[in-house]
Amino acid sequence: MAHIKVPEGVPGIRSLVLFRPETGKYLYELVQVLLRGESPLTQPERELIASYVSYLNHCMFCMSSHAAAARCLYGDEKNMVDEVLHDMQHSHVSEKMKTLLHIAGKVQILGKQVSQEDIDEAGKQGANDREIHDTVLIAATFCMFNRYVDGLASFTPEDAEAYAEMGKRMAEKGYVMPQQAT
Amino acid sequence: MPHIDLKNDLPGARSAFAYSPETAEPIGILAEILMRSDEGLTRSERELIGTYVSYLNDCFYCHHSHGAIACIYLNGDRQLVEQVRKNYQHAAISDKLKALLQIAGKVQQSGKAVTPDDIENAREAGATDKDIHDTVLIAAMFCMMNRYVDGLATTAPTDMSSYPLRAKQIVETGYGSHIYKSAQPASDQT
Repeated sequence: MAHIKVPEGVPGIRSLVLFRPETGKYLYELVQVLLRGESPLTQPERELIASYVSYLNHCMFCMSSHAAAARCLYGDEKNMVDEVLHDMQHSHVSEKMKTLLHIAGKVQILGKQVSQEDIDEAGKQGANDREIHDTVLIAATFCMFNRYVDGLASFTPEDAEAYAEMGKRMAEKGYVMPQQAT
Repeated sequence: MPHIDLKNDLPGARSAFAYSPETAEPIGILAEILMRSDEGLTRSERELIGTYVSYLNDCFYCHHSHGAIACIYLNGDRQLVEQVRKNYQHAAISDKLKALLQIAGKVQQSGKAVTPDDIENAREAGATDKDIHDTVLIAAMFCMMNRYVDGLATTAPTDMSSYPLRAKQIVETGYGSHIYKSAQPASDQT
């Protein structure tokens, strides 16, 4: 059960933004612009970074829902998602994505963990400044969402089917504030 | 030097915001609502939570910036801000704020570190659901900002007299895009 009185049966972040829509509106706007707005990183790449950081933070809800969204967006290449979550370095993602996921993993530990070598390595693999910026901000943002979702012990479905449905919605419609059921 | 060319000479979070205004906008409004709401927690309590979490995350720019803002709300009581950073259990603050700082410290480690006992403790000290919610979200938001600021290695001014000037600007005009679009506050004494 959640630590505070949120709408029952509503999973994860959705229950929290219904509890406090004033802040929820801008959390949704942030994730929409970050994961769906303009970026040199593709949408599935950005969802993959989000899922990877959530996995490192042991946030089951965010990891599963963003993995499901990434699988939908990768289409035929959807196996990439599970490969990365299983063993990033031996997955089939591009060398550039490996260096960016490595940076995301450092951000997950702490901002100061990102070293000049990490940045240089990403640059050597063709990552530009904007891609590095977006990677750092996505990783940082999910360090917020993961803590928000688990810090208030919001409802985490255990059924894989529930996430497949969420992922489809996230891939097709993006991030839209849930409305309170009347 | 920052890890990427941020195309401006602004310090800390301001330089990252100016580089990416599309993402800065919702973050700025979120901060304004969360840090300057007078409902439930006071502005000084909100800033003390942000300062404490930033201190735990070893983010020099954020913990000094928000410590300076808290200091203004506390009528210049710098010692209290310092106590909250280093040993809040012995600071002259309410039991409620102590219980909420304990929750914020747990959130800094991981969301899962927050226990039902932590929540019960805060409730017994008078915290409402909204107080607990805001504490968790403030702590989580600073876990984002600290990583954004340090993950890009933005510049943290070493001239400590510049922090109260920027703090005064936030106290007077709030969070939002003006903090990177307008001229940076300068000392009145020049």
